[in-house]
Amino acid sequence: MVNHSHDKNFIDTNRREFLKKAGIGVSTIALGSGVTLFAYPHAAARAPNEPASASVRWAMLIDVNKCTPECTACVTACSKENGWKPDGDPRTDAQWIRKLEIKQPDIGYQASFPMMCQHCESPPCVDVCPTGASFKRADGIVLVDKHSCIGCRYCMVACPYNARSFIHEPLNDQRAHAPRGKGTVESCTLCVHRVDKGVEPACVESCENDGKGALIFGDLNDENSEISIRVAKFATRQIREDLELNPGVRYQNL
Amino acid sequence: MARTNYSTLKTVGRAFDLSMVIHAAVIVVGLAAVWHMEHYGHIVTGMSNKIVWGMPHVFAIFLIIAASGALNVASISSVFSKKPYKPFARLSGLLALSLLIGGLSVLVLDLGRPDRLIIAMTTYNFKSIFAWNIFLYTGFMAIVVIYLYTMMAKYKNRFTPPVGFLAFVWRLVLTAGTGSIFGFIVARSAYDSALFAPLFIASSFVYGLAFTVVILKIVQQSSQSTIVSTEMISRFRNLLMTFTASVLLITIIFHLTKLYATQYHPLEEFLLAGNNIYTLIFWAGQIFVGTITPIFLMVIWHKSININKLAWISGLLLLGGIAQIYVILIGGQAYPIELFPGMEISSSFQDGEIVSYTPSLPEILLGLSGISIAMLLSGILLRIMPFLPKSVTA
Repeated sequence: MVNHSHDKNFIDTNRREFLKKAGIGVSTIALGSGVTLFAYPHAAARAPNEPASASVRWAMLIDVNKCTPECTACVTACSKENGWKPDGDPRTDAQWIRKLEIKQPDIGYQASFPMMCQHCESPPCVDVCPTGASFKRADGIVLVDKHSCIGCRYCMVACPYNARSFIHEPLNDQRAHAPRGKGTVESCTLCVHRVDKGVEPACVESCENDGKGALIFGDLNDENSEISIRVAKFATRQIREDLELNPGVRYQNL
Repeated sequence: MARTNYSTLKTVGRAFDLSMVIHAAVIVVGLAAVWHMEHYGHIVTGMSNKIVWGMPHVFAIFLIIAASGALNVASISSVFSKKPYKPFARLSGLLALSLLIGGLSVLVLDLGRPDRLIIAMTTYNFKSIFAWNIFLYTGFMAIVVIYLYTMMAKYKNRFTPPVGFLAFVWRLVLTAGTGSIFGFIVARSAYDSALFAPLFIASSFVYGLAFTVVILKIVQQSSQSTIVSTEMISRFRNLLMTFTASVLLITIIFHLTKLYATQYHPLEEFLLAGNNIYTLIFWAGQIFVGTITPIFLMVIWHKSININKLAWISGLLLLGGIAQIYVILIGGQAYPIELFPGMEISSSFQDGEIVSYTPSLPEILLGLSGISIAMLLSGILLRIMPFLPKSVTA
């Protein structure tokens, strides 16, 4: 007896895979030598009036083995995309993403990888924010509402990842898609302005173009997404997993 | 017991007037510092992305804790029915109110966007202990005003015990809430302890009563009258002894609980035996100046205690209190967050580093202006309303 249901699923899956690959092919635009804009699988742009969907959990996987200490492509791309730049004082400069170097002193193990807002499922920054300016979208992206942040910095004290920066000085040269403001707190937005258009974050794109493809972005709720497949197949870790915050940023080979 | 008569602070010396002028000047300078900080941004302070709360917060938290403790004398009078404390209940309420206003002013004026205070007052995230504290602080002020009204208005005294009880419970919750700002921070090893709630409550008793004693000394000296009897001074001394010992005990327990866990040994070494300013401030400021010396003086002056001596002791306790909050607040932030326990970490964002902090003049001025706001407000209200008991014979 032929299992039609199974066959149908098989066809559906194949069709989905085909459409996904076709979608990636169509939406991957070659801009010139070495510069490519990547759309991610299921890259449906979200209409401006359409709310973020809880059926999606945007996440990032960082393969530490592919990340080299000298490469800072992700940091440079984030800075350029979102308009923040170091002014020479590490104490007060905003840093949405940074390269972290770790070393185990007794055995000599070393690694270098990017660190940014981990977009926790249970974000302490959101818990402690008195006005609700720190918030988590339904699709898992943690953001700061620049209009209601009062600059109390409690979120910075509470963040286990040192992921947030306070804007200490007047700003100029802001990007229209990444509003910032003196006296408020900010952090990685997971390039929400790009994600909502169906384009992956700038750091992921730059790692594909200029790095070694250590970063992948996708939907953890989609079991067929590359990130879900890799997270299911390989041992990955969350930083400070003991806090049980379930971050959206995962690390492989760490 | 004879009915207590109250009066305003009538005769004051030039020193009192001069101190009021100085406090007013400090407030003006503090406001100028706020304008400077808001205009140029927090870059003009010593605060950073790692030491996000600095000197203004040291003073603000110190004053807020002191405010809840200042109400203690009134609570002893109306909740625990200890009549000798009743003459000082009004002053106790007044100090609680003015210290809280001083502390909150500093806290608000240090915000990155103080112009958005209305958002903080109208939009709440009830999972945030900060949001709860906004209610606890404003509620405390309202309750203390009503409490003072029941004490000062004619025929309203029968309401004083229930309102006093409410104020007492509220103040305990308030101080626990202030301590929980740190206690709920699971990410930082120097915080993340339920002991912060009782520690702050015990500390509040010390700071609040120490402020009360200092104010009584100033008032007595200014009015050249005797307001506090020798018996009361002795009672205040006993209370300060008990409270100071309580703070010391909870501090010891706090460090012992941390020392029990191997993972916290580096933190404890940093706090208690490090080659850094926080270790120095802890041992020299909090323990020697603010704990051992006052206890020693209270013991050796046991028989000869008077308002002058107790005021000096209170001054030491207040200095020790500022040192205590400085070590908790700044030291706790200076110690790096442990992203990978047991690993050496470095980055362009000072990860893994013990960060330095040098407070700038504007933020120190802002912090000091909080004390001046409390003192000026107390001074003015003492002059225009009957908060003080009339002279007693010692």
